[in-house]
Amino acid sequence: MLYREAGDFKTSYRADQQTFPIMFDKVAFTITIILAFTVVPLTINDYWANAVFLPFLIYSIAAIGLNILTGYCGQVSLGSGGFMAVGAYACYKLMTAFPDMNIVFSILISGGITAGVGMLFGLPSLRIKGFYLAVATLAAQFFLVWLFNKVPWFYNYSASGQINAPEREVFGFIVTGPNSSPAAVYIFCLLFLCVLAIIARNLTRGSAGRRWMAIRDMDIAAEIIGVNPLMSKLTAFGVSSFYVGIAGALLFSVYLGAVEVGEVFGIQKSFLVLFMIIIGGLGSMFGSFAGAAFMVLLPVLLKNIMVGQFGWATDIAAHFEFLIVGFLIIFFLIVEPHGLAMLWRIIKEKLRLWPFPH
Amino acid sequence: MNMKKLMMASLAAITLSSPVMADLVFPSLSYRTGPYGANGIPFADGYADYFTLLNERDGGIGGVKANVIECETGYNTEKGVECYESTKGQGALVYQPLSTGITYQLIPKATADGIPIHSMGYGRTSAANGKVFSHIFNYPANYWNGASAVVNHLLELNNGNIKGKTLALVYHNSAYGKEPIRTLEELSKKHGFNLTLLPVDHPGQEQKSQWLQIRREKPDYVAMWGWGVMNPTAIQEAANIRYPMENFIGIWWSGSENDVRPVGEAADGYKALNMHNVGDDYPIYDDLKKYVYDAGKAAGAGDMMGTVLYNRGMYAAMLAAEAARNAQKISGKADISASDMRDGMEALEITEARMSELGMPNFGPSFKVSCENHGGPGLAAIQQWDAKNSKWNLISDFKPTDTDVINALIQEDSAAYAAENNIKERC
Repeated sequence: MLYREAGDFKTSYRADQQTFPIMFDKVAFTITIILAFTVVPLTINDYWANAVFLPFLIYSIAAIGLNILTGYCGQVSLGSGGFMAVGAYACYKLMTAFPDMNIVFSILISGGITAGVGMLFGLPSLRIKGFYLAVATLAAQFFLVWLFNKVPWFYNYSASGQINAPEREVFGFIVTGPNSSPAAVYIFCLLFLCVLAIIARNLTRGSAGRRWMAIRDMDIAAEIIGVNPLMSKLTAFGVSSFYVGIAGALLFSVYLGAVEVGEVFGIQKSFLVLFMIIIGGLGSMFGSFAGAAFMVLLPVLLKNIMVGQFGWATDIAAHFEFLIVGFLIIFFLIVEPHGLAMLWRIIKEKLRLWPFPH
Repeated sequence: MNMKKLMMASLAAITLSSPVMADLVFPSLSYRTGPYGANGIPFADGYADYFTLLNERDGGIGGVKANVIECETGYNTEKGVECYESTKGQGALVYQPLSTGITYQLIPKATADGIPIHSMGYGRTSAANGKVFSHIFNYPANYWNGASAVVNHLLELNNGNIKGKTLALVYHNSAYGKEPIRTLEELSKKHGFNLTLLPVDHPGQEQKSQWLQIRREKPDYVAMWGWGVMNPTAIQEAANIRYPMENFIGIWWSGSENDVRPVGEAADGYKALNMHNVGDDYPIYDDLKKYVYDAGKAAGAGDMMGTVLYNRGMYAAMLAAEAARNAQKISGKADISASDMRDGMEALEITEARMSELGMPNFGPSFKVSCENHGGPGLAAIQQWDAKNSKWNLISDFKPTDTDVINALIQEDSAAYAAENNIKERC
């Protein structure tokens, strides 16, 4: 009744292959985008920006990146934390070495540097697969964190080893540093996310994405039909690391402002991004967003309910948060092993027929 | 996902629209969970209990009740930012994040928002330079004072000559643990001792290789900059390799009961620094018993009284309350704002007479905060663990530290910060 396709005929290939073929989807998406760009920046405050929206936007970019690598190309990677660190430190070095460079370029170039590093650490994927590749990327994670701790050049020889983002502005709006307004940082990250998401969507449904999916499904058969495994795997690592590097650069410069590599980009960050795409759904754009929302926003929501509304003690609330999030992860994976995206797809399928069961 | 946003919006509306009562808000960014929870719990308890005492016994500070809002950070930077953002709008007067990482994070934010931070004996050491850091205070002592205090103690033990001796620094591989390195390097040049650096990665449960190296090299003295689960692990490892405990000195964050008790008898003789006094033999504990513990208003499980970190939490709360009183006096109103609190902290003077009045005689050094000096006098004492009687004893007075070396380093570091962030010197 709501989600009607009847009578909606496409008369061109272009219309047939659009991302949102059903009118309801198109309308809902357009409304969300309009709300995101107009209503939210006018009503946002520091807390909503720093605790809810910025983590969600930034981790969505990281989740899209890892989804391209693990979900679409099938290369398991536990190095996301390390690659985010590369993005952050590259951004820091660029910001401090070239103070006149626009922050947008710093972030894009640090994404490019991370893409290079990612391709380097992705070379083992040409020889090893699956679990063993995960271990090789784990080595990348630990090596990169060790490198940024050990070599003082990366943190400009500061005594504490922390890196701080200097103040930068875009079109007169300050986006980094403590004087940034919540609306400015929100729009900045939202723009990055929108552009990157459009690019990812089109890459994954184009020939590049089909090549990646062929490698994921059966790489020997893919090689036989003419998919170059070297190029496909390395481009998957490259594109994925580009996204993850941009997420790391935004995390450092816009969201946190000061970063200590061992604490912020440790192994738990890699796990967090991996869990996001597993819960959200491998090989799905919506899954990246759903997973990021689940892993990042749910703890904040739970904390606000338990401590803010029920008035429970903070340590009890923190322990319950572990329990609840863990239980929900197990629950969702049992109910739908393919993640929230598959759940969403099934709901949409059923909604097409609702209220009629057949 | 849209549903989630709607739900969050409505919940946030309910949460944020709760009535803000006119009271003095002291947020407590505590951590009662995670690998640092064992050390975070007594501090948070002490902090909360002192304000409860003031509310119950005196009706608040200057007639206005104190409100301690606890927020769990788990020693995690991102959660620390979230806690800061969620509590700052409720009239927060001063932040004590009890985490060097979170403090570094909050220094620019709190300065921009006009809320002072009191990072008592931790945080960014160069914040002692009030000319650059207008809103950050770390009285009564900072890490570089601590490093100098360790070296001074070694000089005492060796009649003023430690040339050729080796000092190994076992430190938490974070901004916190790296703080003393610069000072120790300067002091090693000045006094002629050798410095070995042994980093321990978070959370600090894996220290076998570092202590293997110590067993092999046999340094004369070991200093420790640890926190949380790293402390008892290190002391256990030291006991395992039979390192003489009286040559093992920890910073004030590595000297509390929960660090030494798990090791039992073998930890006897372990030394640590302290910036305040130990034990529960103070009149304030009688008041605490009457108004807080017996009334069932103790924070947490109520089993931490008299411990080093509980006393430290109480000390931090006392300093905050005195600064608030000072702010009320300076501004002339009881319902002070964060900028009044900052002025109160900058004009704070703690005397022995006042501490005795409060029921905490000889609890800490007397000092005065000024516009240029936000770091206090930098006095530190040495305490030693008596495993048989299960208590800490101060084995020295609050002694001064090598302020020549330290002040030079503070100037250098704060100048670098000012240059990076375009801050003009004040005062």
